[in-house]
Amino acid sequence: MAKRVAIVGTGQTFHKSHRPDVNGQELIHEAVTRALTDAQLSINDIDAIVIGNMDHFEGINYVDCWSVDGSGGTMKPIIKITTGGTTGCTIAIGGYHLVASGAFDKVLVIGWEKNSESDTSGAITTAFDPVWDRLVFAGAISGLAAEAQAYMARYGASDRDGARVSVRDRKHAMNNPHAQLRKEVSLEEVLASPMLADPIHLLDVCPRTDGACAVIMASEDSAEKITKKPDWIWGTGNRHSYAYLGDADYGRLTSMERTAKEIFKKAGIKEPRKEINVIELYQPYSFAGIIWIEDMGIVPHGKGAEYIWSGATDMGGELPINPSGGVISCNPIGATGLVRCAEAAMQVMGKAEGRQVPDVNFAVSTGFGGCWWTDMILHGAKKPN
Amino acid sequence: MSDIFKGVEPMVLKSKINVPYHWWAGDTASKFLVALRDGQAITGTRCVKCRKVYVPPRKSCPVCFNAETEWVDLSGEGTVVTFTVTRRQRAALQGKAPVIFALIKLDGADTAMLHRLGGVKPEDVKIGMRVKAVFAGERKARVQDIEHFTPVK
Amino acid sequence: MDKAAIIGIGMTKIEARRDDWTFADMAFEATRKALDDAGLTINDIDNVITTSNDFWDGRTISCMAVGDASGASDKNVSCVEGDGTFGAFYGLARTLSGSYGTTLVTGHSKGSQSVSSLITNAAFDPIYERTLGLDMISACALQANAYMHRTGVTAEQCAAVSVKNHGNAMKNPMQQLGMKITEKDVLKSEMISDPLRKLDCSPVSDGCCAIIIANESRAGKSKKKPVWIKGASMCADAYFLGDRDLSRAKSLTAAAKKAFSMAGIINPEKEIDVAEVYDAFGYQELMWLEAMGLCGDGEAAKLLGEGHLDIGGTMPVNPSGGLMAGHPVIAAGLYRIAEVVKQIRGEAGKYQVKKADIGLAQGVNGLCGQSHCVWILGKDR
Repeated sequence: MAKRVAIVGTGQTFHKSHRPDVNGQELIHEAVTRALTDAQLSINDIDAIVIGNMDHFEGINYVDCWSVDGSGGTMKPIIKITTGGTTGCTIAIGGYHLVASGAFDKVLVIGWEKNSESDTSGAITTAFDPVWDRLVFAGAISGLAAEAQAYMARYGASDRDGARVSVRDRKHAMNNPHAQLRKEVSLEEVLASPMLADPIHLLDVCPRTDGACAVIMASEDSAEKITKKPDWIWGTGNRHSYAYLGDADYGRLTSMERTAKEIFKKAGIKEPRKEINVIELYQPYSFAGIIWIEDMGIVPHGKGAEYIWSGATDMGGELPINPSGGVISCNPIGATGLVRCAEAAMQVMGKAEGRQVPDVNFAVSTGFGGCWWTDMILHGAKKPN
Repeated sequence: MSDIFKGVEPMVLKSKINVPYHWWAGDTASKFLVALRDGQAITGTRCVKCRKVYVPPRKSCPVCFNAETEWVDLSGEGTVVTFTVTRRQRAALQGKAPVIFALIKLDGADTAMLHRLGGVKPEDVKIGMRVKAVFAGERKARVQDIEHFTPVK
Repeated sequence: MDKAAIIGIGMTKIEARRDDWTFADMAFEATRKALDDAGLTINDIDNVITTSNDFWDGRTISCMAVGDASGASDKNVSCVEGDGTFGAFYGLARTLSGSYGTTLVTGHSKGSQSVSSLITNAAFDPIYERTLGLDMISACALQANAYMHRTGVTAEQCAAVSVKNHGNAMKNPMQQLGMKITEKDVLKSEMISDPLRKLDCSPVSDGCCAIIIANESRAGKSKKKPVWIKGASMCADAYFLGDRDLSRAKSLTAAAKKAFSMAGIINPEKEIDVAEVYDAFGYQELMWLEAMGLCGDGEAAKLLGEGHLDIGGTMPVNPSGGLMAGHPVIAAGLYRIAEVVKQIRGEAGKYQVKKADIGLAQGVNGLCGQSHCVWILGKDR
């Protein structure tokens, strides 16, 4: 019998640009011990581990094997999942399926990255096809700029709209002690910051961060014994199509559209804007915050900027987005998607402290990366039917 | 479908991915490496709970999963647990083959350390042999500060 | 866990080097074959799991290269980075989690495109061990030596594994290196790292394998009789080679025990009819059999010498030729699973074993068999 699954504990490091005091294993250990403490469990209670990071960012092969000292995985079942930026989300989804299948009762999911140690652009370029795409590819930012340009051409938005998203997220990060960048920015500051690739300014994009995050998932058999308010997983989706950069429809995140439709339909959510209470959106640059909420079905196409300017997605608004400060405030890549999941879980569980959104019934966390891929998780306060 | 490719010579694009990185050793490994460089000493960490001594040192005990560890000085002498003589010039091999690799259980440690043997003929190496660390003249806080382990006469 | 079955398999012929193929081409061929085998179309597949390794492929996000070619373009798809048996484990979980009824699992590798020594050297800890210059072969040589020292198994006895498996591979058209050799040939071959000689080692090959897993309600939809998954389990040992007793495979013993328990197997020695194990090196076949309890400790070499592990023996091991005759890393474990499926279905042709009601497939991840995944498959529900 398939089981219902809930998140019963989360833990994160206090993410920083550099963590020279620890090696990768020790960084992982910090997040894991915090998650175990949060759930009041010991490592012996964990039945299996799912771990993820981007191999070439740490230069270590077989990380699932290498990391056992830090992950607590000695003599446990372990798998590694790596899907680029979406890693954090896909590992959470991996944990979900391992528990839902009945294979394991409690699974520890770990995402981590020590970006400070590597040449991120050099590594990310290797994601693309060596014959067709790699030689003309120029790092993640140019691809994102192409998307923003396509959207702007269609709907007449400008870099000012993107900047409003940056202002929002950097303000939200002030409530999050775990975020790396905790300094507000103004609209003017964002627009005055150096242009990286039109229309993306320096203050529109994510930093490079060393950090780890751990999430503990449990089946319905134990979730309620572990915590009074588990975060129930209502749905998961992994859409990873397109292997060549030219295959994508720029200006429209099709993978987001498809996965959101599928998940909301299955959960019986007909009006996401009304029924979702908070979104932790994997938003690697600000403009995405406008485009992707349209693709998610929150607002109609072309109406994203208007919605953002109305203040609806700020704390206190109708549908707060990224109360944690999101990816532009903090980006330990392998962990980032998992941090979105953990933050959404904390919202549902009522553990989000200074960044708590009141009365959360449904939350959404997403992952983005690879070649315009989207992963999504629907979190809920109530047990699914 | 495959007929359209008849007579087409497959092209091979030779390339190399170049992803430079450096690794933060962290405080624990740094202490170990500095001890190699400055003190010509091999150190390990002991878990306060289970008393197991680890080389290389660990910040937290992998078995007990607790972070209470204390530093232990080791003599640098130990026993060969297993070894191999790499004779083919493998791409990863640093230096010229043959190279003797070994797992050495240092006296006082519960885990064996991976390193090389030197100053001994491959045919004379035996499992159970007593060896001791030989430090390099020039040391840079790397595992190579130990040049190799050599049989104790 | 609920019941699930393997309803389709597809594999590319394992070759030393296929210049005319990209990863996507291999994935497509294996996927196509698996669908044809099951009599299904891609629309019958609910989700896809690909298995690959970023270092071996020279690509960050290596799964990107094969997603679409594995039919995942408009489906839910994820991946596992590790041996194919681990990918299949996640695929199994996804088939039983209530979200999907069928899962296609693929695993691929193009060993010919890479320098295996550097790639496996990257598995060593960068701070304490990598610069020493070991790779998978030198590391496994340490293990072979430790195992032989503890059990008294000789180089000649390990060589017999190579002889058997290369010989078996002559009967398997999908294998790369079917050849008739003797123990003497093995012992005369180049010594790579004591005690491992060239013919003690598996090659590094190109290949892709695909399997289709279905839950109970969908298992009947395939055109072939489903092969039931009776048990599947994984376990990883400590990482540093010096933290482990290399002469034993503790984590394999744990994984096998759990898999047998799930399958209701009390006496594996008697109840397992055929086994496809991860023989990356000759000594490993012996070591893994003993660790799993398929024979007594230190007994495998004797059983091999007496012919019990031959195709016509009492417990055939690697009738397909195993990895010795063709080793596409990562895909390797999936090939083991697919070969056991063939045996149970009675489709193994010239290398078909007489009795194949319950079979075992085993895969390895990490250095010197740190992490293992064991599968028990059966003819009956």
